[in-house]
Order: sequence, then C-alpha cells, then structure tokens
Amino acid sequence: MIELNELWFLLVAILFIGLFFLEGFDFGVGISTKLLAKNDTERRILINTIGPFWDANEVWLLTAGGAIFAAFPHWYATMFSGYYIPFVFVLMALIGRGVAFEFRGKVDSPKWAKTWDWVIFLGSLLPPFLFGVLFTSILRGMPIDKNMNITASFSDYVNTYSVVGGVTVTLLCLLHGVLFLTLKTVGDLRSRARAFASKLIVPVLISLIIFTVLSYFETDLFTVRAHITLPLILSIIVAYVLAAFFISKQRDGWSFAMTGLGIALTISTLFTALFPRVMVSSIKNAYDLTVYNASSGPYSLKVMTIVSCTLLPFVLGYQIWSYYVFRKRVDEKDLTY
Amino acid sequence: MSVLELARLQFGSTTVFHFLFVPLSIGLAFMVACLETLYVYRKNETYKKLTKFFGHLFLINFAVGVVTGIIQEFQFGMNWSEYSRFVGDVFGAPLAIEALLAFFMESTFLGIWIFGWDRLHKKVHLMCIWLVFFGTLMSAFWILAANSFMQEPVGFTINNGRAEMNDFFALITNPQLIVEFPHTIAGALATGSLFVAGVSAYKILKKQETELFKKAFNLGMIVALVAGIGIAFSGHSQAKHLMESQPMKMAASEGLWEDSGDPAGWMVFGLIDSKNKENKFEVEVPYLLSYLAYEKFEGKVPGMNTLQAEYEKLYGPGNYVPPVNTTFWSFRIMAGAGMVMILMSCLGLMYSYRKKLESKNYFLKATIFLISLPFIANSAGWIMTEVGRQPWTVFGLMTTSASVSPNVTKGSLIFSLTTFTTMYAILAAVLVYLFVKEIKKGTDHGVKDYESNVDPFAREASIL
Repeated sequence: MIELNELWFLLVAILFIGLFFLEGFDFGVGISTKLLAKNDTERRILINTIGPFWDANEVWLLTAGGAIFAAFPHWYATMFSGYYIPFVFVLMALIGRGVAFEFRGKVDSPKWAKTWDWVIFLGSLLPPFLFGVLFTSILRGMPIDKNMNITASFSDYVNTYSVVGGVTVTLLCLLHGVLFLTLKTVGDLRSRARAFASKLIVPVLISLIIFTVLSYFETDLFTVRAHITLPLILSIIVAYVLAAFFISKQRDGWSFAMTGLGIALTISTLFTALFPRVMVSSIKNAYDLTVYNASSGPYSLKVMTIVSCTLLPFVLGYQIWSYYVFRKRVDEKDLTY
Repeated sequence: MSVLELARLQFGSTTVFHFLFVPLSIGLAFMVACLETLYVYRKNETYKKLTKFFGHLFLINFAVGVVTGIIQEFQFGMNWSEYSRFVGDVFGAPLAIEALLAFFMESTFLGIWIFGWDRLHKKVHLMCIWLVFFGTLMSAFWILAANSFMQEPVGFTINNGRAEMNDFFALITNPQLIVEFPHTIAGALATGSLFVAGVSAYKILKKQETELFKKAFNLGMIVALVAGIGIAFSGHSQAKHLMESQPMKMAASEGLWEDSGDPAGWMVFGLIDSKNKENKFEVEVPYLLSYLAYEKFEGKVPGMNTLQAEYEKLYGPGNYVPPVNTTFWSFRIMAGAGMVMILMSCLGLMYSYRKKLESKNYFLKATIFLISLPFIANSAGWIMTEVGRQPWTVFGLMTTSASVSPNVTKGSLIFSLTTFTTMYAILAAVLVYLFVKEIKKGTDHGVKDYESNVDPFAREASIL
C-alpha cells in the first residue's frame, strides 16, 4: 500500500508536470514575442494566443506551492527561505509579467507597448530559467543543516550544472511555446514559427545531452533507481528526436505533443531520482529532507487527499472546456482585447 | 532595524498593499455580475455598456490583485520559515485548497469572460462572471480560515513540537471565521459598490453620459447601504467575540489599562501614553463599551494590566500588550469610516429618489472622495486585527519573534524590501493612471472595442 506522504510526493510531481506543460508553453510564447514577432500586430497576436489561459496556467504554480506547504511544511520552509533571493527574482518576473499582459494594450503609444513588451519577455524568460536552477541544485544538493535550514553561498545556487539546468528548462519551454504557436496562428507567422522550431530543436537536444552528462558527474541520477531513470532519460531523448521528425514533416500537433511529453518525462525523471528525498543535503545524507521527515501528519494528509481528489476532476474539466472555447487560431482580425 | 523588524515591515506592507486590491476585486466582481445580469435579463444595452466599462476597471484592478497575491503564497516560507514549520500541517491546507478551489475558478472563468463575449451564449457568459465572483468568495473564505487559526487556534494538537491538524471541520467552523468572513465580505462589497457610485458621481458631475451613470450610481448606493448595515452588524458580532477570544486586543483597542467600571463607558477619543500605561485625556460615552462587549448595559471589561498579569502566569514572563495607540486608532478610523459610508449612501439614495442628484454638486464631489473611505477602513481593520494580536503570530502558541526565518540575512531582506516597494510604487502609479484614463474615456470606447470583432468561426474553413 502506498503511504499518504508518498502519494503526496506523486501529486506534487503531477502539479509540476502540469505547471511546466501548461505554463511552459506560455513562458515560451512570452519569450517568442521578442524572437519571432516582427511588429506590434504580430506581438499582439502572440500574446492573444495565451490571453485566456496564462493566468489559470500560473495557478498550477500557486497550487504546487500550496500543496508543498500543506503536505510537506519543512520542504516549503527550507526551500523558500533557502532560495530567498532567487524567489525574489521569480516574484518580480511573475508580477511584472502578469500586469504587463493586462496593461500593455491599455494605452495607444508605441513607447508604452515597448516597455511592457520587455517586461513580458524578461518575465517569461526568468522563471523557467530560475526553476531550472532551483530543481537542478536541489538534486545536486544544498547545504542543509541539522535544523533543516539552508545557509548557502553563491556557488551553491549558481554553478555550471545549475546554469545548464536553467538553460535547458528555458529551451524546453521555448520550443514547446513555439510549437503551441504553430497550432494557434496562421499564415506567415505560422510558417516562421515552424522554421524557428526546426532551428531550436538542435540546441534543445545539445543542452539535454550536456545536462545528462553533467548529471552523471554532479548527482546520483544514474545510481539511484537506475532501472527507472535510465529508461526515462532515453525516452526523453526519443521524444525530442520524434519532435524533430514531426517538425520536419510539419505535423504541428504531434510535434507539440512530443515536446509536452518530453517536459513531462523530464519532470518525472527529476522526481524519480529525488524520491524519497524532497531536498538533498550536501552536508550529509542524514540531513536530507524526505517525504517521511518533512511531511504533515496522517490526518492532515488524509483531509487534503479527499479534498484534492474531489476537486481536481472539476478543475481539469473546466480548464479543458476553456481550451475548447478558444480552440480557434488567432489572427489580426481577433485583436479585440 | 533587525531582521525581525524588516521581515515584519515587509510582510505588513506587502499584505496591506495586496489588500487594497482584493476587496475591490470581490466587490467589483459582484457589481459587474449584477450589471451583466440586468443586461441579460432586461435586454437593455445600457447595462451592457456599464458592464464593459466597469469590467475594464475590474480587470485592471484584478490583475494587480492577483500578482501581489503571488508574494503572499510564497513569503510565509521565505520570511517565516519557523512559523511555516510549526503550523504548516494546519495552515497549509486552507492555502492549498484556496488555490485548488478558488484560484483556478477565478482565473479560468475570468479568461473565458474576457475573451468570450462573442463566442458564448449570453447566459453562459453571464455564468462565467458569477463564477468569478463565487471564486473570489471561496478565496476569501479559505484565506480567512487560515487567518482565523492565527487569531484563535482550533482543531489541532501539539505533536513533536508542531501544531498538527486533528479536526478539519473545527478549522472551517472556527468561531473567529464565522464572524470574520461576513465582516470582510461586507467590507469588500462596500468597497466595490462605493467605487461604482463614486465613479458614476464623477461622470454625472462632468455631465457625461448622465442618464447611464445615474443607473450605476443607484445600484452602487443600494449595494453600499446594504453592505454598510452588514458591516455594522458583523462588526458588532466580531467585537463581542473578541471579548471571549482575545480580550487583550479588545482592551488595547479601547485603550483600557485598568479594568473598566461597571457599566463600562466607551472612549471616543483619548491621548494614550503607552510608556507610562495611562491615558492623559479621555472623552467617554457611558454604557457603550458594555453594550459593544456584551450587548447589554452592564458588565465590566478587563484592562490590559490585569490581562498582562494573567498572561504572565499562563505563558511566562514577557510583554503581552500589543502596540496600544495603533490598535486604538485603527479601530476608530475603521468604525468612523464605516459610519460615514452608511450615512452617505442613505443621503445618495434620498437625493436620487427625489431626482435632485444632478443639482447636488457638493454631494457628488463628496461621493468621489468617498471612494477612498472603504480602502482606509479595510486597511485600518486589518491593522487592528493583526497588530492587536501581537506579540503572537498564533495566539497563545507562537510569538512573532520565534516565527522568523533564521537563515535569511539582513542584506537579503533589504534587497527584497527595496525591490517589492519599488515595484509596488510603480504598479500603484500605473494603476491610478489607467483608472483615470479609462474613466475619462467613458463607455463608448469599451463597446466599439469588442464589437469590431468578427465571427471567428466563419474563418475556420479557410485555414484548414
């Protein structure tokens, strides 16, 4: 029988998969506004493709945060206080990005729009990068002391491995977002999105390979549960090779499905390698935070399990409905908001 | 300033700032939903224009409310990690449920509402905004359930030095929550409705689209009056409950050092010297405090000195008196603002009923000023609630000084505080600028904006 705290580890992993699958493409679209759009109209089209969705996608992050707080209070406390400065940057980015979508179109001035465009770009670029840094450094190990507190130096946060991790996650989101655009735009913009995707797939594969190699030296990804992590890593590579194939055949839907699968597998690999740890201590193994020593009591977990299992189907139902309502492609005639 | 003081300053300022937007979002969601209901069921285009006009303002405000709320979700862990470890088992659940139940609902249906004007049946579109409002209510309920635990911890047991939940039902029927939730919601409805009334008053004063905005003005004032009465009653039940749950906060908000006489008089005004624990000057209304505390004209109220001695026996040596002046004055500002709101909405409805509104320039100007009062009252009310709870984060269980993250440095805090303050200042400036711009633009813009939309379904064939 699976224990409740193990189940919650799984649920948190699912929430992060949902987050990176959904918010992943809207981060990617946000980054594309500077890389793909040629003019203001095109930028507005790009923004409108995620207009109805991005806010609900971001709730996956808040829910993941809330779930960690409720199910693993020590994980929540250690991670958020230990990564204080990175989270200040994440918050800055998310705050700026959120209002930029709303404020951008409110004033008819190129300068105004340009300012908010930069906020959207940076606000979409920073979070996936920082989350990449966060998760890779968690897996690599942080100086967690016997009181479960992190007192880290700069190189614990920023090192070759974590930066490669950050870049990789950002590239995965960007490719995913560009492929989302091939599904949501028309004409020239769509063709350019396809061309951009086929260029992007090369750095994506390279960064994934570098990241995998570095993981071998920096973490225990290949030694802990290798019978699961190895096949997972192989399937990540296969997913992206297939994505490359579908991109070249202009099968947009399948390409998008493959990058989505790739993201889901990447998060799964990370969580499989972590389990049962939630944060690795670089000081000594005894100080690791695990699903056992960081979790809430059984009563609280039981309540949360019942509540979540009741609510989640509804949430998924109406989120899917919203994608159904706005299933149409967006072009310049739609720029109403 | 110490790390603790900086952390408190940051939490206080980001929370007060966040809560400027939250009540307006809740209240405006309700007002916009009412306006759209009138449009759909009376088939009156006037209400569609008003829905879109106030809808625009609502969206600008909602965006700022949402993004300033993200900080709230993270900063318990960032700045108050010891607190999070201690209460996470109980406190985390309502936060997680809030995200799952409320945030998803608000954001999904708001997205559909914004972009769905021409894609959905009118009634389905209307349902979306009501679901957004329902989502904001749910959000308020769960976050207040969490807050109520800090005021009056229930449904838990202490295990291995941590608070662990053992009765979820007790947590969501916390007596504190039962009085706090209606009061907060009534305050939010007053905020939204007086905003609508005030903006309408401005347009009437400027003689722009007068007939249309008179309708909005009336609706605003009716809701404001009902909400105002709700505030008064729920506020009273909260004060009564405070006597049982946190008498120290009650005594502080009354500037009561020694036990009161029987019956107890209510101090309207006083000069409080919290160093020497005495009041230099007092203006009292006889009987009133007894009534506020017990709903009868007798009974004495314990003073801070008595309670301090009692708490020292209970919790060990320490200072259990919260900052008295802050608690005392924020209570008076809140209550005073509430009374002015009720009075003004009565006057407004009377003038409107007698068809004298347009000639009452002074009253219209005052109504514009009235927009600010609920914001002042909301902030003052929370300052009283949270400052009055000091020195505790969780009443009787954990002090604020024991709650702070031990590993966050002063430098980090100065950095985050500077960053957030700068960002919030920019946000506030942009928000006010956009509000003024949209209000001046009036309703015509909003409608043209959406109606230039062509049927998106028609093009489908040409794409594939």
